[in-house]
Amino acid sequence: MKSKPFLSSFFFLLIVFILSLAIGSVFISPAELWKIVRGIGDETFTFIIWQIRLPRTILIALTGAALSGSGAAYQGLFRNPLADPFLIGVASGAGLGAVIAMSIQWPYSFWGLMAIPMAAFIAALLTVFIVYFLARVGQTIPTTNLILAGVAFSSFATSLTSFLMLRSTSEVRRALGWLLGGASQAGWTAILAILPYLVVGLGILLISGHALNLLQFGDDQAQQLGLNVTRIKTILLVAASLATAAAVAFSGIIGFIGLIVPHLMRLWFGADYRRLIPLSIIGGASALLISDILARIVLAPQEIPVGIITALAGAPFFLWVLRRSKNQGFW
Amino acid sequence: MLKIQNLSASYSGHQVLHEVSLDVKNGEVLALIGPNGAGKSTIIRAASGVIPSTGQVRTNGDDFASLSPLQRARYLAVVPQAISLPPAFTVWETVLMGRTPYLGFLGHASSHDEEMARQALNRVNALAFSERRVGELSGGERQRVLLARALCQSTPILLLDEPTAHLDLQYQVSLLELVHELAHKENLAVLVALHDLNLASHYADRVALLVGGHLKAIGTPREVLTSELISEAYCLPVQVVEHPFLGGPLVLPDSKI
Repeated sequence: MKSKPFLSSFFFLLIVFILSLAIGSVFISPAELWKIVRGIGDETFTFIIWQIRLPRTILIALTGAALSGSGAAYQGLFRNPLADPFLIGVASGAGLGAVIAMSIQWPYSFWGLMAIPMAAFIAALLTVFIVYFLARVGQTIPTTNLILAGVAFSSFATSLTSFLMLRSTSEVRRALGWLLGGASQAGWTAILAILPYLVVGLGILLISGHALNLLQFGDDQAQQLGLNVTRIKTILLVAASLATAAAVAFSGIIGFIGLIVPHLMRLWFGADYRRLIPLSIIGGASALLISDILARIVLAPQEIPVGIITALAGAPFFLWVLRRSKNQGFW
Repeated sequence: MLKIQNLSASYSGHQVLHEVSLDVKNGEVLALIGPNGAGKSTIIRAASGVIPSTGQVRTNGDDFASLSPLQRARYLAVVPQAISLPPAFTVWETVLMGRTPYLGFLGHASSHDEEMARQALNRVNALAFSERRVGELSGGERQRVLLARALCQSTPILLLDEPTAHLDLQYQVSLLELVHELAHKENLAVLVALHDLNLASHYADRVALLVGGHLKAIGTPREVLTSELISEAYCLPVQVVEHPFLGGPLVLPDSKI
């Protein structure tokens, strides 16, 4: 696994992707899937795959990729192993933005749908700057400050979100499911609406590995080594927030993926961000797909929101990382 | 050649550096000495452009204020104190980051860059542990890694911020011997902040004494390390005697106990 991290993680993603297409209320075997791809499959199955499972699987994969990639970037930017889009409040902020857009434009038209990730992005960006300035002490951001500021802002944003949702009574149940991270909003339009944000956001993160490496030495050293620190930090914050907003806009608030995946990748493949960012993106897609498959089968035929699965796995992981980083200062 | 003219700097409105002017010639080690808070580190931070300052920092006519961080990093390398380094990078990765001013944004190192890193590691005697993680190293080893990273930048000017702080005696000596040799053999202009006056006396060609952000004296160790200047700067009576074996001034606190 160590020698070819990209190959093995791609292969793993492929398997999980196929499983996600196969598993559901009806099982569709890989052989049947191959028939559907060639256009000779059963008509009902073909409809299920093209209109339901494929868009859902793609959306979940993109969401996991975005949350995990931006998680890795936030960790590098804040030089803090516990920075996760959910824990630092950016996801909740983006969620609030999305809900504001939804409550203004309900039910949505195509352009109303396009406005949702935009509103999520603006709110995510505002959140990241607010939390950053609340948590900062001089040049450093202590873990406790970051998490406290994130949690405080998160509760604030979540309360406002709940308030807005309770006002739009007709869709309350659906919206609550969305908030917990369900893929009920899935559809090809949703994918189309977030794709530009994802491509730009993750694209910038993918080429910024070296800059993130330099930032690990602190602002002074990074600049003395030739990095334009202020400019690059701003660009990276915007890029990570773009990716987070894209993830939250239609998949809701899904915690801990952005914490767990970059952490494991760092443990397995080292601290070099030029590898860590792409591996976190691929790994995040796989991890959220696995969570989504579990969400579909643990209480089948009923589905549970995928955010519950990630939180069940993520919260103990979070505590473990907290202890570990306290004991060793090594991440 | 590093030329600093009327350099002033402030931290949150409080001026900590007052119009300091000094030159560091190629092939020379200039030691910055002075009590804590005198502005030694501030000069290094201001000259390397990480804090705002007024005045001029230039080399061969190029004003650093007009250069981007990347261009500046081709003229001037800084060896910081080794207290907080990211522990998870290997020595090799850390040193290779010194090539940043010559790499593209993606940070892809050519075989030439790798050769430079190898030479720099060899220069500080750190090739043997190049695959180890920085977090596993001792303070002395880490300081050598930081020096190698600065050498990897292949700049004509080298600034060192208290490189011997937190080091055991044998590492202090071997590090400063290496710095002295680099200045003289490779014709670098070296500015080093030191708090040990006797190390400054022995390894520096010239010494600059800072007190409260003002430059009090600059000259050869014999000119600056006098009992009058040092006693006044440190508010402590000191005796300066001739070093019995090495020659040069030796500063001894005039303790009553």
